Amino acid sequence: MEEALLFHVKDCSLVSISTGVKAYILSELLEHLREVEVGCLYFHFWARQLRPSFDHPEFHNDFAAWAHRDLHDWVLAERLNLIAPHEFQNLEELREELINVLEERVDESDDLPWRKAEKPFYFVKSQIVVLDTGKRVAHPQELKEVIPSLSQGSIFYHFIDARRRTPNRVDDFRAWLEAFSPRYDDLAARLGAIDPYFLTLTEIREQLYAVFEAYFGEE
Amino acid sequence: MMNDALLKRYEAVVGSDVIDQLKQLAYRLRDAKVLHVNSTRYGGGVAEILKSMVPLMEALGLCVRWEVISGNEEFFKVTKSFHNALQGFPVEFTERHIKIYEENNRREFEKLESLLTEADFVFIHDPQPAFLIKFLPERRCPWIWRCHIDLSRPYRPVWRYLRNIVLDYEASIFSMPDFTQPLPHPQYIIPPSIDPLTEKNIELPEEEIFGVYDRFGLDPHKPLVLQVSRFDRFKDPVGVIRAALMAMKFMPLQLVYAGGGAADDPEGEMIYHEVSEMAKDHPDIHILFLPPEAHRTVNALQRAADVVLQKSTREGFGLTVTEAMWKRRPVIGGDTGGIRLQVVNHHTGFLVHTPEGAALRIRYLLFYHEKRMEMGLKAHQFVKENFLITRHVRDYLSLMLAFVAGNGERIEVEAQG
Repeated sequence: MEEALLFHVKDCSLVSISTGVKAYILSELLEHLREVEVGCLYFHFWARQLRPSFDHPEFHNDFAAWAHRDLHDWVLAERLNLIAPHEFQNLEELREELINVLEERVDESDDLPWRKAEKPFYFVKSQIVVLDTGKRVAHPQELKEVIPSLSQGSIFYHFIDARRRTPNRVDDFRAWLEAFSPRYDDLAARLGAIDPYFLTLTEIREQLYAVFEAYFGEE
Repeated sequence: MMNDALLKRYEAVVGSDVIDQLKQLAYRLRDAKVLHVNSTRYGGGVAEILKSMVPLMEALGLCVRWEVISGNEEFFKVTKSFHNALQGFPVEFTERHIKIYEENNRREFEKLESLLTEADFVFIHDPQPAFLIKFLPERRCPWIWRCHIDLSRPYRPVWRYLRNIVLDYEASIFSMPDFTQPLPHPQYIIPPSIDPLTEKNIELPEEEIFGVYDRFGLDPHKPLVLQVSRFDRFKDPVGVIRAALMAMKFMPLQLVYAGGGAADDPEGEMIYHEVSEMAKDHPDIHILFLPPEAHRTVNALQRAADVVLQKSTREGFGLTVTEAMWKRRPVIGGDTGGIRLQVVNHHTGFLVHTPEGAALRIRYLLFYHEKRMEMGLKAHQFVKENFLITRHVRDYLSLMLAFVAGNGERIEVEAQG
């Protein structure tokens, strides 16, 4: 099989970098949000799954967590929590949506924009180091065997980070299966039903394996 | 050359996927000469991390050296005052202090010059050896300042002086974004870690764990509440004793405050005497001054404890919290520094602000046995995934690769040959 048609198993690791920008109040957060590097959004929405932090079941992005825990504005926290980053074409669109939600909340209250949070929001960005593991997979059925051994970094790279890189904003597994279409369209649909936003990387790996195992078990 | 025996031991704890990833990262840095410099080989979190990090990096094929600067009592008094100042405590800061600090660094530079010149990466830990950089203006490799201290609200006169030194570094590393100060170079965020293979964290036989009751005159029938930390005002030993005394009014328990000093901390003994004086009339309050090598004893105490406290008012990261959580103990911690990153209310422990708050949570955890066990398990898993030395080394390797490959947002490294 041609090298280009093989699935290249990659791994990654994130390095977090403080931007030095912080916000104590909502209006400050809004102001910084318009200007910070777009990589900060990636960090606060996605990279939280690959960095040392408690996987809090309640909050799915750092902005929602801050609004709840430090600003104590439950309304804003709930609205921010609903933003699903994979629904946007790119991070600039995500930024726009975030700004919309914040502006809307600011308009609803006279004092909220100036309420001081217990702790500031720190804008952080990340560098992603992507490693080619050298492992190659020729057939979808082989992936079933490979998935349990994938590191959390590999899962992050192929299932989450991929949505920034692939033309249709899908994970790498589905992007690869397209080459075999329509043979594995059903498998791709099942993979598409796994929502990465609510799962830890370990859970994603388990669900991926379960999908592959069930699919090839049925064949 | 990789040391597979050591890697296998880590693999048994963290899994082969984690070790494979480390090997992949390290392959691109094989034979790189890495030099760590700090100011003590024993006592305190920094020395403990380096003791584990250096062999693990070597096992992965890097050439790593760890050098410790020496100094007289006067030098360490000055650097301890710097340490306190960086954590926000006003201190005396004079030209004489600067002279003692710089002179000592100059002497140490002369000893270390060849190593500092030949290294591919230099990591300087904390302020004590930071001034070494001033003696090598022409450098062939990145120098990175690793700050283990919470710099969020420093005493400005001291920070202004140190900032001028730190500016010369190519990057700095902090444990949390909250600890950083505006600096013109990249500030990496790397939380510290514990090593599951060290004497302080390995599993122990039951008889050794329960042996601490006899050794320290403890009552095996009373719940044990423990705080392990240096005798340092920021660890709030007085608040810990007050919390225990308040909780004792409602249920029988005993408190052990086990601490020690470090070679670079001359204040420890003085605070130990203050605290001992306070505890002397209470038979259920035990103050232990442990030598720096008492790792196994600390391990046994943590495993014997029912509840662990870390009621700090300022904290760098709080590795004693990590250690207790690794041993499946929920932690009642001060709402400060890195404790916040580890202790999540009702999940891995409780954050408190006062001795009263700590007293209430002691009672809660001792009363709800099931809840305590459940939180302990969650705490262990959380540490396993986030705060073990393997993750720490992965972050360092990634940072070094980022330096080698340039500072883009995305760094692609090709498959090894």
